[in-house]
Amino acid sequence: MTLSQEIITIAICALGTMLTRFLPFLIFSKGKTPRYIQYLGKALPAAIFSMLVVYCLKDVSLLSGSHGLPELLSIALIIGLHLWKRNMLLSIAAGTICYMALVQFIF
Amino acid sequence: MSRSTIIKRSFSAALPQTLPILTGFLFLGFSYGFYMRSLGFSFLYPMLMALTIFGGSLEFVAVSMLLGSFAPLQTFLMALMIQARHLFYGISMLEKYKNTGWKKIYLIFGMCDESFSINYSASIPQDADRGWFMFFVTLLNQFYWVAGATLGGIFGSIISINTEGLEFVMTALFVVIFLEQWLKEKRHITALIGLIASVFCLLGFGADSFLLPTMICILAGLTLFKKPIEKAGGLQ
Repeated sequence: MTLSQEIITIAICALGTMLTRFLPFLIFSKGKTPRYIQYLGKALPAAIFSMLVVYCLKDVSLLSGSHGLPELLSIALIIGLHLWKRNMLLSIAAGTICYMALVQFIF
Repeated sequence: MSRSTIIKRSFSAALPQTLPILTGFLFLGFSYGFYMRSLGFSFLYPMLMALTIFGGSLEFVAVSMLLGSFAPLQTFLMALMIQARHLFYGISMLEKYKNTGWKKIYLIFGMCDESFSINYSASIPQDADRGWFMFFVTLLNQFYWVAGATLGGIFGSIISINTEGLEFVMTALFVVIFLEQWLKEKRHITALIGLIASVFCLLGFGADSFLLPTMICILAGLTLFKKPIEKAGGLQ
């Protein structure tokens, strides 16, 4: 990417964000929210979080290299720790440190 | 009570409410700045992105987008889909943000998950002003995030520890958010639609171009199964 393409990409992210933050105030300051939009707002987040997890793991190769083992082990640790302590920061920190240790020293 | 006293009291009421966010945003912001730095970006990138986008999940995803090929439409749709939840924060805050004067613009600009949650739920002391209280909550939260991202970006260039694998902080963040959402739901139809659509499209379209088809499949899936999803009552 060139510098101007980078600036455009960041500006689009900012614009998209601001659109989602400002739009309700511009549209729904009067009147009622359509039912379909209300439904999407409730149904989309869970689907998007699934997509984001898959997106993060998209470049993991199961057939070569470390066969996705560092990812699998670290995610298992995150899930276990999170179900036990329910502490977001602890789970994220432990999972990341575990992954870094695995890829740096073992795999 | 004078205007400056009211502003001071609003600040004193807002500050303690934001302390959990101070910890979280410094850590995640630092990881984010450090992460960008480790990929060769100057600290100016995380700093300016924290200032202008101010949405953690999207900022992390934007890094992958900056490293990929230029795809403005996909970037825009991704930004809209990741940030779509703000639409509904906005709807919830229509009343609360009324009569806050010039501060309203900034309150909406800085309405991240955390600022929304505090401003929506906090009980504000009698001697404080609602508008100023919400303004300081939003401002402090953004300050933590920008400070963390900037420090991470600068620190990452000075210290020379091996950062291999640090990018996993992004995966860890989304796994935890996914898990939190999963634990909160009674039914998992929507999460499964997202999962099936993503995996299917990843296998079908490949790692570089599966996002757009995935988004379309998710929208189609949620629209097709609207009745059973609503009937199952798995939505919050």
